[in-house]
Amino acid sequence: MYHRFDAVIVGAGGAGLMAAAQLAGKVNVAVISKLYPTRSHTGAAQGGIGAALGNLEEDHWIWHMFDTVKGGDYLVDQDAAEVLAREAIDAVYELEHMGLPFNRTPDGRIDQRRFGGHTRNFGEGPVRRACYAADRTGHMILQTLYQQGIKHQVQYFNEMMMLDLLLTDDGVCTGVVALDILTGEIHVFHAKAVLLATGGFGRIFKVTSNALSLTGDGCAIAFRRGLPLEDMEFFQFHPTGIYKMGILLSEACRGEGGILRNGKGERFMEKYAPTLLDLAPRDMVSRSIYLEIRQGLGIDGKDYVHLDLTHLPAEVIENKLPDITDFVRTYMGLDPVTDLIPIQPTAHYAMGGIPTDVDGRVTIDENNTVLPGLYAAGECACVSVHGANRLGTNSLVDLIVFGRRAGRHMLQFIAENDLHPLPKEPDFRARAEVSALLDGDGTENAAAIRADLQEAMFTHAGVFRTAEGLLQLKDQLAELRHRYSRVGLRDKSRNFNMDLVETIETGYLLDVAEAVAAGALAREESRGGHFREDFPERDDANWLKHTLVYRTSGGLEMRYKPVVVTRFEPKERKY
Amino acid sequence: MQVHLRIQRYNPEVDAKPYFAEYDVEVEPTDRVLDALNLVKWYHDGTLTYRRSCAHGVCGSDAMRINGRNRLACKLLIRDVGTNITIEPLIGFRIIRDLVVDMEPFFEAYKSVLPFLINDDPAPVGERLQSPEDRQRFDDTTKCILCACCTSSCPITWTNDEFVGPAAIVNAHRFIYDSRDQAAAERLAILNQKSGVWRCRTVFNCTEACPRGIQVTRAIEEVKRSLLTGDVS
Repeated sequence: MYHRFDAVIVGAGGAGLMAAAQLAGKVNVAVISKLYPTRSHTGAAQGGIGAALGNLEEDHWIWHMFDTVKGGDYLVDQDAAEVLAREAIDAVYELEHMGLPFNRTPDGRIDQRRFGGHTRNFGEGPVRRACYAADRTGHMILQTLYQQGIKHQVQYFNEMMMLDLLLTDDGVCTGVVALDILTGEIHVFHAKAVLLATGGFGRIFKVTSNALSLTGDGCAIAFRRGLPLEDMEFFQFHPTGIYKMGILLSEACRGEGGILRNGKGERFMEKYAPTLLDLAPRDMVSRSIYLEIRQGLGIDGKDYVHLDLTHLPAEVIENKLPDITDFVRTYMGLDPVTDLIPIQPTAHYAMGGIPTDVDGRVTIDENNTVLPGLYAAGECACVSVHGANRLGTNSLVDLIVFGRRAGRHMLQFIAENDLHPLPKEPDFRARAEVSALLDGDGTENAAAIRADLQEAMFTHAGVFRTAEGLLQLKDQLAELRHRYSRVGLRDKSRNFNMDLVETIETGYLLDVAEAVAAGALAREESRGGHFREDFPERDDANWLKHTLVYRTSGGLEMRYKPVVVTRFEPKERKY
Repeated sequence: MQVHLRIQRYNPEVDAKPYFAEYDVEVEPTDRVLDALNLVKWYHDGTLTYRRSCAHGVCGSDAMRINGRNRLACKLLIRDVGTNITIEPLIGFRIIRDLVVDMEPFFEAYKSVLPFLINDDPAPVGERLQSPEDRQRFDDTTKCILCACCTSSCPITWTNDEFVGPAAIVNAHRFIYDSRDQAAAERLAILNQKSGVWRCRTVFNCTEACPRGIQVTRAIEEVKRSLLTGDVS
């Protein structure tokens, strides 16, 4: 089936829907989602959205910018971080005007709380910057933006999975190809402007806070079409995932006063971050947890530590962290009011992704050459505002600020440009991929390939990395790629074929995992979420630069581009 | 431990009518029912079809009938449900395939209650003010994840296609009692129609079914009371 729109947005999380809100009612816009929009993983974000409103104490956007840059271990592009911190304020007010039910201060303003790495006056001490709606801030953002879409009659295409991105030979984006999961039909969406907002790819790892659907579709498809991926080696492990399950327990737990304790009951963050303690940035806290575990100081010598909320008043736990409380009760049978909670770091957020400029325009090389008509925003994009380690709450800020900017720029682009003709047989590749799977006789099981991939990535490309491990990982990924070439479906139906969907997704995971592993092996330093035991120091002389990885016929190719430094010269990172 | 799953299957491409298939899988007591379904799908029978995404009870994809009650498969542990588990699709909706049902009528009902903030006053430079008490007034109904557990548990919806159902009323409630909203009267008028709140017989199935702990029946009763008194405070 053929569709023509001014704008097509792929992905209905915070970034996609915020962009749609800018376009709705002004141009013809379609939003394609693999799920129903309200199922998107933005809804799982808990703790808050950072903005220097200063509702409770003095705060300034430049402090937020500084925290973002320092939190990102100076790999952040500072022009982008400035945009993020400045526009966060207005974007949060826009959400409030749309109806978002933020918690309130006694005088009726948006309430704010502490979060990891949020500081006053360039690192002096914690500041209340995270605007929140209990511990379901992301849920309220997603609901509010979906509601706006209904109000403005955005056209949603639910349960449609992107299979291909349409680029002409002269380098213009003209649309996307998607699979209607319900019927198995292939749809071509012809558009002037396309926004990729497909989210992250935490499912490359065994223990993750990410939804089963977070398989890096947008990144993988762009990569297959010859576009670069930026800084893929930087992946954030959130310190407090529920032991073994990986379900996220928000940093808000520590923002409200929670403490991490080792097997001896010690508050071990005193050793690693004397000023910010448990509210140090996530990469540092996750590494600290593993260092304790390695010294045999996990609980009973095992591979987890405790999150302790028991000293907090019961009403703070119940009222400010209700969902967390529910998770701990449901999944662990424990009560956070009285029990210590077993936690381990969980794969949480991709700092890297499809490179873009501050207007969400996809760039394709080290000179930041723009690909006309193609945009990316949210976790699948790399602006780069997160650098080597994302600051807590900045994922939501990123979605809202850059989703909005992308949407606004698309509006202008659509007004100034004609619809470009589609390439010949636009759905050829997508049809071939689907038919090869539906009609093929491969025998390898995609689920088994995926499980081996997740195990290998968690072991060798997790919190700690070495050349030896990454070389081993490279071989394992090659073997998995070989197995995937012989993958076979058990389900050959056309209608709602989730075996087909998951098998295609497994292919995306493989692509993305290869990019992560290659970037990690090449980068011989430690910075933010990328820690090389064989190169434990940050090396600004050689590595203060962004990785661009390309897929070429000769294998993966690495290029590098400089980091934009404006206000803050790189310094040693201490908290 | 081993669990025995009885799962209702139906693929309209090949099956004349629904039937039950049975599977035995090895799980941990602390695994989710969703983990058991995944084991079946990934390693036993790749044709088994269901929706899922977040796997921890916040996205609302995997609502289904488990041992006769509407639950999210990812929010129910094996140790809490036992070793014999019967799984069926939500009732009251057309079955698309296996445990996947047609959610379109559900979302249409949701859309019918104007589920978005309506306030035509020019927005201030900063936030609109709202006291913590006014914010708390509608807190419970902001939790809704549109999973349809409540609507599918309501006996009225099984026989009456017109009734908007509890989930739509919950989402109307979320705005009716929001001090920033100006369209309570419009929503109340919608819910005063014969498709609205008066269809509710206060069976409380919805409250029992809600995986988010929303006091659904109470929310419906509050809307009824506002219709009778005209008071939306």
